[in-house]
Amino acid sequence: MDRFVSPVLWQFLTRWLHASALFPAEASGISPYVDALYFFLLLMTVVGTSLVALLLLTFCLRYRREKSPVATQVEGSTLLEATWTIIPLAIFLLVFVWGALLYFRIYDPPTNAMNIYIVGKQWMWKAEHPGGQHEINALHVPTGRPVQLTMISQDVFHSFSIPDFRVKREVIPGRYSTVWFEATEPGTYHLFCTQYCGTLHSMMIGEVTVLTPDDYKKWLDQSTSGMSLAQNGERLFASMGCNACHSGNAAARGPNLAGVYGSKLTLTDGSERLVDDAYLRDAILNPSQHVTAGYAPIMPTYQGQISEDGLIDLVEYIKTLQSNYRVQQTQMTSQSDQAAPTTPTAGTTEMVKP
Amino acid sequence: MSPSTSHSAPVTHTILSLPDQSTAKMPKRHYLNNEDGLLSWLLTGDHKRIAILYLISITFFFFIGGAFAGLIRLELLTPQPDLVSADTYNKFFTMHGIIMVFLFLVPSVPATLGNFLIPIMLGAKDLAFPKINLLSWYLYVAGGTLTLAALVLGGVDTGWTFTTPLSTHYLNTHVLTAATAIFIAGFSSIFTGLNFIVTVHRMRCPGMTWFRMPLFVWSHYAASLLMVLGTPVLAIALVLVALERIAGIGVFDPAKGGDPLLFQHLFWFYSHPAVYIMILPGMGVISEVISTFSRKRVFGYTAVAFSSVAIALFGFFVWEHHMFIMGVSNYSALVFSLLTMLVAVPSAIKIFNWTFTLQKGSITFETPMLYAFGFMGLFTIGGLTGVFLGSLGMDIHLTETYFIVAHFHFVMVGGMLMAFLAGVHFWWPKMTGRMYPESLSKLAAVTTFIGFNLTFLPQFILGYLGMPRRYHAYPPEFQVLNVLSTAGATVLGIGYMLPLLYLGWSLKYGAIAGDNPWQATGLEWQMQSPPITSNFVETPIMDHEAYDYEWLANKTQKEVTTVG
Amino acid sequence: MDSVLTTAEHVEHEHASLPQHRHHFETEEQQREAGSFGMWLFLLTEIMFFGGMFFAYLLYRNWYYPAFAVASNQLSVPLGAFNTVMLITSGFCMAVGVWAAEMRKKGLLVLMLILTTFFGLVFIGVKGIEYHEKYENHHIPGADFSVAQFVNPAAYGIKEAPLSPDMAQHTEIYFFLYFAMTGMHAVHMIIGIVLLFWLIRRANRGDFSSGYVAPIENFGLYWHFVDIVWLFLFPLLYLINRHPLH
Repeated sequence: MDRFVSPVLWQFLTRWLHASALFPAEASGISPYVDALYFFLLLMTVVGTSLVALLLLTFCLRYRREKSPVATQVEGSTLLEATWTIIPLAIFLLVFVWGALLYFRIYDPPTNAMNIYIVGKQWMWKAEHPGGQHEINALHVPTGRPVQLTMISQDVFHSFSIPDFRVKREVIPGRYSTVWFEATEPGTYHLFCTQYCGTLHSMMIGEVTVLTPDDYKKWLDQSTSGMSLAQNGERLFASMGCNACHSGNAAARGPNLAGVYGSKLTLTDGSERLVDDAYLRDAILNPSQHVTAGYAPIMPTYQGQISEDGLIDLVEYIKTLQSNYRVQQTQMTSQSDQAAPTTPTAGTTEMVKP
Repeated sequence: MSPSTSHSAPVTHTILSLPDQSTAKMPKRHYLNNEDGLLSWLLTGDHKRIAILYLISITFFFFIGGAFAGLIRLELLTPQPDLVSADTYNKFFTMHGIIMVFLFLVPSVPATLGNFLIPIMLGAKDLAFPKINLLSWYLYVAGGTLTLAALVLGGVDTGWTFTTPLSTHYLNTHVLTAATAIFIAGFSSIFTGLNFIVTVHRMRCPGMTWFRMPLFVWSHYAASLLMVLGTPVLAIALVLVALERIAGIGVFDPAKGGDPLLFQHLFWFYSHPAVYIMILPGMGVISEVISTFSRKRVFGYTAVAFSSVAIALFGFFVWEHHMFIMGVSNYSALVFSLLTMLVAVPSAIKIFNWTFTLQKGSITFETPMLYAFGFMGLFTIGGLTGVFLGSLGMDIHLTETYFIVAHFHFVMVGGMLMAFLAGVHFWWPKMTGRMYPESLSKLAAVTTFIGFNLTFLPQFILGYLGMPRRYHAYPPEFQVLNVLSTAGATVLGIGYMLPLLYLGWSLKYGAIAGDNPWQATGLEWQMQSPPITSNFVETPIMDHEAYDYEWLANKTQKEVTTVG
Repeated sequence: MDSVLTTAEHVEHEHASLPQHRHHFETEEQQREAGSFGMWLFLLTEIMFFGGMFFAYLLYRNWYYPAFAVASNQLSVPLGAFNTVMLITSGFCMAVGVWAAEMRKKGLLVLMLILTTFFGLVFIGVKGIEYHEKYENHHIPGADFSVAQFVNPAAYGIKEAPLSPDMAQHTEIYFFLYFAMTGMHAVHMIIGIVLLFWLIRRANRGDFSSGYVAPIENFGLYWHFVDIVWLFLFPLLYLINRHPLH
């Protein structure tokens, strides 16, 4: 921002206003860029409104009845029409381009982003770190690292908003949505649900705690439940019988899942699909529409039998799966007495089992 | 600054002065006393009586919606949820939204002023379908009554946007009643629009070409196109929500294979054009008021006329800007953001044309003109903040916060409601034959302006700070701004109560208006106030342009100097 | 009304005018044109109304094509085709009725209106039969809906490939759209039939055989529109993936 605006002015605008509780903190890498667009738009509004107000005032004073008892009939002016069509249009198009570039930056995560899962439900947020740390209505992140949030709702539309990071995204039932940010300032910041979701919508709030990398590592160590998401997923993979077909053997009834994440699959209908989080989740819930070419459509659906948390565990597991050795091991110990987590009913608060 | 006048028309100066109202007399027979009895009102086909029926019912619902606004602001005085329970608060903002949008803003100017004036402005004796006009009113009353029923039975808390799957599967309140109420009220709107379109096409008097119509008619024509084409899609969206609630299947429920975004598309396909349905008639009022109180033809008549139609046309293609963060494809978001920028331009054109109408005019500052100035300033701010929201990256931070609330209240309340009040005051003498008290009305206008700014400017700041909308409780650091907003709302409420009181007072005690107290052009001002039931004794022939002040000056035999 | 107005009204009535002439119109031609224009506009709103459901159909058929195809095959093409013929015939009768009104042939007009109503009622009757059959097969969306016939068609003697359970669940959306679209269409037909009864009564009194044809004409427009909607519904709902060779 120093290129365009004097640093002193920028500091004044953002920090002083923030101290007066009139402006949010700039706590993420993208915040200054969003603020820059905002100040430009504010300037546009102030200039535009002042221009109109000034014209109104001037004309009213100069042409009021006492000063101007006779009105002059004027048809119009094509030149003026063109001027006040083209100039606003140009400004608006500039704003469009600027905003579009910002949008793509906020919604396209970098490839080295660390991933945290967010599950929203009436009326709380669950954050699930890959290492197995679980948080309710809280989110701990380090500074200096891009963090991607993969989010889904268990019931209605919610929206995950961290104003000080200038990021927000709808959290939708039935499919993942993502947003990313890079926190820059340690501290605590508001987390809000911003899509009306029923009775306790205003209580679906929390705190984002930004820690330095060292503090973050300490926090990870002390908050872990012992089982990472992938480990939990591995357990589910066995207990739900996935290993029966996806065993990785040559004659297996289901395709080999080791290393499948990130690859391009050809399906039986000839289409090509990229295997990402959404694909994996959909394939578990709607297998008949995701049959890999060369395989029979025999996979049963797990709709209704597995919660979003369970799905996240499985997705994490498959993401990290590189060899089928342990899959085949668990096949031999066929009985597992761990039941899969069931879909929680709306309205009951539920602690996620580690 | 001297704009070059276009083409060959000579520049003419006109001098007009307001007639001496002390000699004005109330006419013996007019549409109000032509027939007596309740049935003559309830079964009327007279567009003017129907307009009055609408005026009464709309005012009634406005104050109910306003009461809910008061309750909301009262609760928001403190950060804690201490006044009412969460469910009750959710019902407050839902009822406020439903009543204000569907039962006030959408019908306000078209059903009252539009109904009253459009036939007269076109030289016709009535609208094309008077019985359907009456039906429209009954449908409005039915929709309003059902809404009240939903309220009395316990209220509805879906938000006025009925977002699924919340409204279909997760709420036990009177969603069906409310959805049916709006479905019915929607048909009221459709029939009004249909009536206007057919009237404009088929019932203009001889000599009334399209470009001789007042701009008020152009705005209503454009709004009617939106009413007729957009409202049915809302109807079907509500039908699908109702069916889903009844049958329990999952057209919008992803657990059953449905798509919740489908509802969003169907809902916003209407609800975005709806905001133009709300504002365009108000813009028509502003054209008439500014022209009259500058004693000048509207600058760039053709541009203003076409910009109304342009707004209607573009307005159909921007609905996805309400869904930018909802997981729509990035590329569709690009297209809709671009179109949103385009739809902002015609509104800017109008603002500048109105401003330049003032130049070289002869301006007086009666109450309608004050409201028009308020509109110009507040709609400019409201419209420009719309550009903030149309800009994708900016929208991510601002959407679903109080910035949105402030934006739409600036355009709807600072814009549309001020235009409505401007119109009611401007045509009050014509509709009732009485003048309202000028000093008191000026006070009310200024009070409204101050109260409005105090209420809604802090909300822009709250929005950027991140305060979400529809929140019952909020972090304590937001309190000061909320208190300012509530203080403003109190002042605003007073500003709105005053017209109710003095307009009612004026019906009995106001000065007699006479035919043309404002010395305005327009066919409605060339007849008695109030008009006779059939509007015209014989069909007029339009032989002059709209806003033709020379013609008016000739008519009133004042001095005219022709230059050039 | 004061005397000036009465004089003016006498002036207006010098030329022969129909009793149905509404006084806010200058001429009857203006009245007729306004009425016709109004009806066309109303039909445009109806297109937007049905359009929302067609859009939903478009979306879900694209997503769940196998379910839509199999569910559509459960509908009876003979019955649907018969119904289509019924509607087209009733539309033809209506058109002849409009001609009869313009030709001032009262008897023919009444006959045509009766026939139009008759064929319309047959249509509704057949629809009732079809709906009843859906009820028996547990194909009405809601608590009673069953996908058994789609998951295990052989057990019901149905010659279809079985659907996997998750795809079979999507047939409920197909049936929802089926009932919503044909149901909305049927509502419009019933409204039309009620109007037809009223029109028959008035036609019998001779209201429409002496030059005043607007209600017949405008109703004709409405009836043809309802007809056309069915002509879109029939292939979209009944004829998915029907190949004579399969």
